[in-house]
Amino acid sequence: MRDRLAVITAIVAGIFMTVQYFLTSTGAATAYRTILAWMQIIFSFALLVGVLGVVRIHGKRFIANSSERFYAGVLLAGVALMVVLGFTGGIERGSPFLWVFDNWQAPMQSTVFSLLAFYVASAAYRGFRARSGESAVLVIAALIVLLGRVPLGEWLSPYIPDTADWVLHVPALAAKRAILIGIGLGMISTSIKVILGLERTYLGGR
Amino acid sequence: MRSLGGVSTVVVIVALCVVVPCGSVLAQEMGASAADDGVFDMRRIPEVIGIVLFVAALGIAAYLARRDFPINLRSLPPLNAVDDAVGRATEQGTPVVYITGWGGDMARPTTMASMVVLGQVAQRTAEYNCRLMLPSHDPLVVSVAQETVSQAARAVGHPDWYRSDDIAFVSQSQLGYSAAVDGIMARERPGAVFLLGTFEGEALILAETANRTGAVTIAGTDSTIQLSFLLVACDFTLIGEELFAASGIVSGDRRILSAIMGQDWLRYLIITLIIVGAALVAFDMTDIGTAISGQ
Repeated sequence: MRDRLAVITAIVAGIFMTVQYFLTSTGAATAYRTILAWMQIIFSFALLVGVLGVVRIHGKRFIANSSERFYAGVLLAGVALMVVLGFTGGIERGSPFLWVFDNWQAPMQSTVFSLLAFYVASAAYRGFRARSGESAVLVIAALIVLLGRVPLGEWLSPYIPDTADWVLHVPALAAKRAILIGIGLGMISTSIKVILGLERTYLGGR
Repeated sequence: MRSLGGVSTVVVIVALCVVVPCGSVLAQEMGASAADDGVFDMRRIPEVIGIVLFVAALGIAAYLARRDFPINLRSLPPLNAVDDAVGRATEQGTPVVYITGWGGDMARPTTMASMVVLGQVAQRTAEYNCRLMLPSHDPLVVSVAQETVSQAARAVGHPDWYRSDDIAFVSQSQLGYSAAVDGIMARERPGAVFLLGTFEGEALILAETANRTGAVTIAGTDSTIQLSFLLVACDFTLIGEELFAASGIVSGDRRILSAIMGQDWLRYLIITLIIVGAALVAFDMTDIGTAISGQ
């Protein structure tokens, strides 16, 4: 019965959301906004459940005196600190909460993001090894585009930037659009399967 | 109710085909006040036609599938590699890490497709008694993933194998999530890593970390930008729609497989329209297109 109710809800909601997209009436727009607000409320509670889950898992690790005890302790202390700062000092500009966010969390996030540059280099090194015909094409195209994007390319030959533009705007864009068309078809198909009750992944595979 | 029956399916198809064009009547019956330019947005007629065509193609494909019409699908190497990857992790005594990406929630079809593949991976890991870890950025994804893995474990007769703590919410922050998943991979040294879902800037960070741990990496995403990174960083990659097709193949349900056939028919239609459009432009006959579109 629980599954049947979930499937019927998905069908009704799916049909309604499809129909409202084509309407200009204020009634449909209001209903759409209300549903979006419901989604945000549901997500807020789900987030709370998620955070409690994090605290439970890392609390167990901390108590169990495992090798990850130190990291679990840092995480729990971080969660507790932000909750206390948020409730006592607020989250507006100049608050301790925002200070910790700007001076601790933001630099840590920037550090992780900066790793991307090194990962791009190592992935490019592996990807650009011409082990096959396809790899050779990839290497040649990448070299042309890389050279065409820097002053050195124009200095070597004025044709290199033009060729780089052609690679980006003709074969690469054509391939990208072909993939996008396929993805679009796949997404619409999956959505319709959800509305028809054929795709029930949201029930956890039941 | 495993799914809607044949009659119900037809009813829903007809409802979609009828209700969408008749939206104005529906809205008026609801008592909604109309905007100045009418209740139905006439600029969206082409989209209505597209939806009707799509639903019709899927309906016909489903009808043919029920009549045992042969559905020919090419094999997908990344799917064939799932068993080997899980087997390798089992032999090494290392876990399998499954990542759905930071970019998608449960409302996204890509995440739904990923959950279907997760079911198959969970069945294999449960059969082989190999640990499966899924760190996620979204509590709703965690709930669905826990249920999917739990169901898969029960389906293969190993309900005790399931550990809910291994499928957990880690962080909603993109780079916090990346750092957490990187940490898990660095500590656990997984034998296989699946990156299936919607990815953003974290894709390459995760894929490269997985590669550095020596894991077999199987990826698939609908993000064209991240796809190029995953193609060079991972061992196997499902390109774009292949992820959706993979979920159909994994399910083995002919009704879902028939949808792939319907998609192909529409793809042929789109290719035909592109060729016709290109020909019209090449022969400077764009007046015909203008007359048809009315723009």
